[in-house]
Amino acid sequence: MMRVVLPYHLRTLAGVEGEVRLEVAAPANMRTVLDAIEARYPVLRGTIREHETGKRRAFLRFFACQEDWSLEPMDAELPEAVASGKEPLLILGAIAGG
Amino acid sequence: MSKVRVLVGTRKGAFILSADGQRKDWEVSGPFFAGWEIYHMKGSPVNPDRIYVSQNTSWSGQVIQRSDDGGKTWHAPGGGVQKSPEGFPVGESNRFVYDTSAETGKPLTTHQWYDGTQHPWEFKRVWHLEPSLTDAEAVYAGVEDAALFRSTDGAHSWQELPALRGHGTGPQWQPGAGGMCLHTILLDPADPERIYIAISAAGAFRTDDGGQSWKPINKGLHSQFIPDPNAEVGHCVHHIAMNPQRPGVLFMQKHWDVMRSDDAGDSWREVSGNLPTDFGFAIDVHSHEPETLYVVPIKSDSEHFPLDGKLAVYRSRTGGNEWEAMTNGLPQKDCYVNVLRDAMAVDTLDECGVYFGTTGGQVYGSADAGKSWAPLVHNLPAVLSVEVQTLP
Repeated sequence: MMRVVLPYHLRTLAGVEGEVRLEVAAPANMRTVLDAIEARYPVLRGTIREHETGKRRAFLRFFACQEDWSLEPMDAELPEAVASGKEPLLILGAIAGG
Repeated sequence: MSKVRVLVGTRKGAFILSADGQRKDWEVSGPFFAGWEIYHMKGSPVNPDRIYVSQNTSWSGQVIQRSDDGGKTWHAPGGGVQKSPEGFPVGESNRFVYDTSAETGKPLTTHQWYDGTQHPWEFKRVWHLEPSLTDAEAVYAGVEDAALFRSTDGAHSWQELPALRGHGTGPQWQPGAGGMCLHTILLDPADPERIYIAISAAGAFRTDDGGQSWKPINKGLHSQFIPDPNAEVGHCVHHIAMNPQRPGVLFMQKHWDVMRSDDAGDSWREVSGNLPTDFGFAIDVHSHEPETLYVVPIKSDSEHFPLDGKLAVYRSRTGGNEWEAMTNGLPQKDCYVNVLRDAMAVDTLDECGVYFGTTGGQVYGSADAGKSWAPLVHNLPAVLSVEVQTLP
């Protein structure tokens, strides 16, 4: 079971508290994780990656095992520790604005 | 007794202010969607309990929220009847995709950027939501980068009315300081095929066939920064107001200049008259007196606050040109807030109520058509929009 930490505003939008736990088909990568998140929380479609292009929204970043995963290809396999749920995948909002 | 509901969009959430017809004691509910920018919220004239909300952040983009019970509960339309595991309603109402198809749209993908080069058309946010006058499920959305969208299924899905961007001048449109936003949508109550819109900084446009074709309506506008005095587009229109009893008469707060049109926008003339400064954003018309207007003069395009730190609404009872300061109850010292373009509204009670919100978080109201003012609430986040519902 994968663990995903969403930024605060997306947690409130989706109505979740704490981490999201998801079954993600192997191999786990950002595309399959986001597919699973959006399938479970359709209201989040378009809020993490853009509708048409599928690109990560500019002010959001992905971190796995303390490494910045934001610029990795969407199909790059996530670390085993994240895929297994030992470590959470972090989706963070940029510290910007007021 | 009648009731009034004031819908307030702010930089950090939405609020609803409610009072009875006396309009003295206000109950504040909210924040709704705390932490998100609420550019606009507006109720359906057909079903006042149906309220549409534009919710946005730069981080996570656009969400449309909807209430069917006057703001007690909300949901994001779309996504069928699914519920999250926690029971929270889910949806997908944030999909605004420009129509560039050869069949219905135009392959228009760029507009003019600040530096004169062409720049990709990119969706950023919904500035204004205008519910249909006849169908609670139908609502228009004015967006940045400028385009007009419509939903006919209660905001479940959105389709662009592509003829506006495709009418010919689109590549010349350029953003104002606040972005290239379609911020004003006026539906003609006498003619369901006629819609007025305004874009910063392209100007005003009108359709007479329900959005199948559009024409610029900017004759008579003069802007210092445009070399061509007869320029068809490029004017920074800040807001347009109309009294529904006289839909062919329009009043405009331009970047500078307060303007008036008596022929549905075909021509405009300046009615700034004795205003101390004719820069501003907000403008509205008395709900029963079509020649009574309200503006909030702002010092200049470089200094977005009232003259001399004195907040004043100016009222004209002559359709412009002759203006009087309405300051009773408004701060007359050290006030340096702004009043944004969608942050003024009127109710329809017998004695017209006038309301406006400031970037300092105050919402002021007048229950006597501007003679006296009092704050409904003092310390909200910066106010982006104010709309009023007059309820039976």
